[in-house]
Amino acid sequence: MSKTVAQTRALVEKSLRRRRLAELRFQAYGIAAVSIGVLFVILLFGSIIAKGAPAFRQAYVTLDVFIDPEVLYPDGTVDTELLATADYVALVRGSLKQRFMDVEGRAATRQLVELVSGSAVQDLQALVQADPKRVGTHQMLTFLADDKVDQYLKGNITRSTPEVDRSLSDQQLDWVDALKASKALELRFNKVFFTHGDSREPEQAGVWGAVVGSLYTLGVTLLLSFPVAVATAIYLEEFARRNRWTDLIEVNINNLAAVPSIVYGLLGLAMFLNFFGMPRSAPLVGGLVLALLTLPTIIIASRAALKGVPPSIREAAIGMGASPIQTVLHHVLPLAMPGMLTGTIIGMARALGETAPLLMIGMVAFIVDVPGSLSSPATVLPVQVFLWADSPERAFVERTSGAILVLLAFLVLMNATAVILRNRFERRW
Amino acid sequence: MFIKRALLSSIVLATALASTAFAQAGRDYISIVGSSTVYPFTTTVAEQFGKGGKFKTPKVESTGTGGGIKLFCEGVGAQYPDVANASRAIKTSEIDSCRKAGVKDILEVQIGYDGIVLANSKKGQAFKVSRREVYLALAKTVPDPDNNQNLIANPYKTWNQINKTLPADKIEVLGPPPTSGTRDAFVELVMEAGCSTFGWVKSLKDVDEARFKKVCDTVREDGSYIEAGENDNLLVQKLVANPKVLGIFGYSFLEENASQVQGSLIDGIAPSFENIASSKYPVSRPLFIYVKKAHIGVIPGITEFLTEFVSPRSMGSEGYLAGKGLVPLSASEFAKVRKTVGAK
Repeated sequence: MSKTVAQTRALVEKSLRRRRLAELRFQAYGIAAVSIGVLFVILLFGSIIAKGAPAFRQAYVTLDVFIDPEVLYPDGTVDTELLATADYVALVRGSLKQRFMDVEGRAATRQLVELVSGSAVQDLQALVQADPKRVGTHQMLTFLADDKVDQYLKGNITRSTPEVDRSLSDQQLDWVDALKASKALELRFNKVFFTHGDSREPEQAGVWGAVVGSLYTLGVTLLLSFPVAVATAIYLEEFARRNRWTDLIEVNINNLAAVPSIVYGLLGLAMFLNFFGMPRSAPLVGGLVLALLTLPTIIIASRAALKGVPPSIREAAIGMGASPIQTVLHHVLPLAMPGMLTGTIIGMARALGETAPLLMIGMVAFIVDVPGSLSSPATVLPVQVFLWADSPERAFVERTSGAILVLLAFLVLMNATAVILRNRFERRW
Repeated sequence: MFIKRALLSSIVLATALASTAFAQAGRDYISIVGSSTVYPFTTTVAEQFGKGGKFKTPKVESTGTGGGIKLFCEGVGAQYPDVANASRAIKTSEIDSCRKAGVKDILEVQIGYDGIVLANSKKGQAFKVSRREVYLALAKTVPDPDNNQNLIANPYKTWNQINKTLPADKIEVLGPPPTSGTRDAFVELVMEAGCSTFGWVKSLKDVDEARFKKVCDTVREDGSYIEAGENDNLLVQKLVANPKVLGIFGYSFLEENASQVQGSLIDGIAPSFENIASSKYPVSRPLFIYVKKAHIGVIPGITEFLTEFVSPRSMGSEGYLAGKGLVPLSASEFAKVRKTVGAK
């Protein structure tokens, strides 16, 4: 007997080393897989943040502008009506020429004015029209600098490139350096990026229009998909009898969750636009399409949450005399709600990142005005990223990454909410 | 109880929201669809127009020329677009389908030219090629060098096999996919012109056009031509990363990235602003916008938008569109366009 025990022991000890090594190897594979994943995430975020961070700063130029009555009231008559059509470019030009006295000739003056963004004219007009008493005074005003100046300050345009190959001439660079030396030109927080809609001029382009469009669209999606999905889940889980029909519906819902999103876009185009005649590019239609897209996800999550509520809760409620609807609404639903909300938020996060279905219903569009209603034309954040990625201007490269950062911030926020909801309210049995 | 009420009220709210859509009748902004090549120019005009303050900023969708004209031709009414951007002239088949849907009067406005460039990184040597050489490098089948009348599968692997003066590098060209208008124009202006330098292929055009198209337009699929998607910025980055690769894209991207990439000389002509404007550069194409006349006066601002578009400060040789890379019309063409639009 003792001999066999010793033999067995020897046998086990012999194989033990091999088994331990196998386990170590397995662990090593796992660690390698995880670290490769982490590495890629770091690379991705690192490159986006490195590229996108400069977008949050923008070159501003401060000028001493003389609001010349001779330019605004060319006839000498003081008439505030004239302020709407006056030549404000002349004021900006005058101010720059005052700063650089030696500039002469049309071409040189044009180059000089190019350093300031076109939005300076609108800013100036708004300022003068808001208070016509400012006419005849000197004002220290801060304007957006042109995107090329901005790129030069950020080091994306360098003096070492031959003059013909860069968008700023040697003389323009000299002016920029002079302005910079006198602290009239500096990088500041890019407020425009967070308050304006799209623009073809990079320095005037912002994500706010797309953010509002995304909020409207997701608002519609949430209002439609959440109640419908919860009602569907409750009915299927708590009331429907198991038969061929409910099985069929269940299979279909699971399949719909895997349908490529562009298909929903085609459905939206055929149904909402062509059949119901709803407006193109409207957040309302976008919301409807995305609601269809997220419904299956939320239904599946909600059913899982309902399944997680132990039957004893239902039996106790029925035993105390509650009707089936009271059982569900007073006892089962509140307990399943955290799970349902988590599923909803994850579904909404997916909807936030969608572009393909929106392409079909015209939300991939250039829209300057921040949308004001559910039927006004709008675009969404991922579409804004797509449109900027395709723009030729160099300054849009960093704005693309900047918009991605804003989108990521929203996604992280939504997913964090889901995690917090789950941790705080989820009950375990 | 609270949940029940919240559920009910949100359903009511949702249906109320959905029903507002049906009340939509008119439209107070201009709707523009079409070519992604014309998109940067139309959007710039749209933005300037919107800043005028009298009208809302037009909405511009980038759908591609074909898709845009299809939408444009669907009918007359506020739900259909008013203007279509096109990187080629409208086809007769498209005019027919327009007519069938009741879109009878279409105003054609040529806005300028766009050059298509073959470019590589500045780190590499500048290329000098003829259209015939580009055809030989990129076609799926080419005439047999031994017997011109025969077509054989493209045997060329490196540029110097086509012409000894070209570098000994592997033929690798990044270009747009078949859905792109740039690809259509490239095929028509370079490939067809290149293969027409073979006499018998050229005579094929009148006899058997389908075969001509097949011989000339089919791009090789063995990895020498790489479809790079519609994103031209990405294409430029790829060129910078590999100096031996060539890329095909619009002139405006060359202008914007002149510090990193250089355009190849085609038939001895460099793709410069002047050469495209004077039509010396062989690979240039006209760009158009099409306006639905039935919408003028119905949708507010169309006439004013057109006036802004054809004004010297936008489309003129010194205008802001030139700054965005549009190659302007010659003075006489410009005057003609302004006349058709009726601008003063």
